[in-house]
Amino acid sequence: MNNEDLKTKITELLPAATFDEAGEWLNIHVEPAGWLSFAEKLRNDDSLFFDYLFCLTCIDWKTHLTMIYHLSSTKYRHNIVIKSKLDAAKPEIESVSNIWKTAEFHEREVYEMFGVNFLNHPDLRLLILPDGWEGKNPMRKDFEDPVNMIKL
Amino acid sequence: MFRETEILKSGSQVLPAGEDSGGAGDLVINVGPQHPATHGVLHLVITLNGETIKKVEPHLGYIHRSIEKMCESLTYRQFIYVTSRMDYLSAHINNHACALCVEKGMQIEVPERAQVIRVIMDELTRIASHELWWGAMAMDIGAFTPFFHAFREREKINEIMEETCGARLTMNYYVPGGLMAELHPDFQKKVKEFIALFKRKVDEYDELVTGNIIFINRMKGIGVLPKEDAISYGCSGPAARGSGVNCDIRKLYPYAVYDKVQFDEILETDGDSLARYMVRIREMKQSVRIIEQLIDNIPEGDFQAKTKAVLKLPKGEFYSRVETARGELGVYIVSEGGTTPYRIKFRSPGFSNLSALDHMARGSKLGDLVAMMGTLDLVIPDIDR
Repeated sequence: MNNEDLKTKITELLPAATFDEAGEWLNIHVEPAGWLSFAEKLRNDDSLFFDYLFCLTCIDWKTHLTMIYHLSSTKYRHNIVIKSKLDAAKPEIESVSNIWKTAEFHEREVYEMFGVNFLNHPDLRLLILPDGWEGKNPMRKDFEDPVNMIKL
Repeated sequence: MFRETEILKSGSQVLPAGEDSGGAGDLVINVGPQHPATHGVLHLVITLNGETIKKVEPHLGYIHRSIEKMCESLTYRQFIYVTSRMDYLSAHINNHACALCVEKGMQIEVPERAQVIRVIMDELTRIASHELWWGAMAMDIGAFTPFFHAFREREKINEIMEETCGARLTMNYYVPGGLMAELHPDFQKKVKEFIALFKRKVDEYDELVTGNIIFINRMKGIGVLPKEDAISYGCSGPAARGSGVNCDIRKLYPYAVYDKVQFDEILETDGDSLARYMVRIREMKQSVRIIEQLIDNIPEGDFQAKTKAVLKLPKGEFYSRVETARGELGVYIVSEGGTTPYRIKFRSPGFSNLSALDHMARGSKLGDLVAMMGTLDLVIPDIDR
């Protein structure tokens, strides 16, 4: 499917979605509230069939966080990028690890690095940071480490 | 990641009966962080019932350097070389992904000569990486000789790299817009000599290991990963192609001159350890095929495009994907228009491949775990970043 077809199809599934084509692929902005049911539709709809989540990450924009999901279909070879704006003080979004298993590890990484709380995640624990890590989330922009040099 | 005291506490102990911790009589053991079969500081906490694996839980972070955060304060010329330290066996290919991403953002046309040399270098790296994997994996499951055979041939590639790039492992040869320096005058001759030698040797590898009945018994039907699960776990590279997933980025989204050379995407359908093993062995032969097509046809011209001294990516987002020896590497740059990235994300193949280990290992014997880890070809700095 090309971007126009994808837009029409996705508007059918989620009328509230907004689009932009700034990057390489079609960007779709969704609200965190309806994300889980929308994700299920993306994965299971026969004409979309986004079965491969190839990148999951988060960006700290200081005023808010943005979750980024890069999705691809191994059947149709079309790609989309889902973006969802989260509140910086209390970032929360539904976990998609039941839909794409790879999300389980990636969400654990985002959880510890950005402090995003993934609702209904099966095993939301620290993955890379040492147990008992206290203090801020390292990938947030306001994080400073006085001991270990990260910035040059 | 566990602290030392946690490791001591969680070391071999019998857990009480319960849903999550397993039934009565389950044993929890630690493999790693310092264990020869994990090829680096990977720590697995394994729940066993007798000799049967009930759960494998990877604990990461022993070699975490926060490369993504580090890159936020490095310029677009500097950050490329940090990525050589991620998947150090595919250093060239990591650099390629970063260079591609910056070139995409700056819309730099890379000269044909640089593109061809990049592909030759990438494929040499792939052969070197697969050779190291082959030797180390055979050693994991009890055959010591292959390790020496593999390293003998890999040494030739390291010598070629050393002559041209000045380094053997972290080559730092790619810059945005092309290559750092011209090829060494002996490059073509040395590569041709290596190819002639390697074609004989790869058949020798087959004779030595592939047909061995003990080897096949240890690999066949071990760690089966069905196709749907491989996709769902985000597996890529030989680990996914062993399960029959078309995922070779060189074919699907060709970069450099991969669309102008003839090669086959290797697929196996069994999804077990032997299938993943066969994919890599056959892939080495395809890499030789690619190099043979290009080595006599390196076009004349510049090895580097003319670029500004200070690179500034326009505001926006850029994503590039390449096929490393382990799978799909994605570089995602978010730029605010400055000289350094605002946010950078490396989608490393090892991280996703490792997440499938628990699924593969459940229900099999502890001794087979080594064969599964071996065929996933884990490089720990690539996972931890």
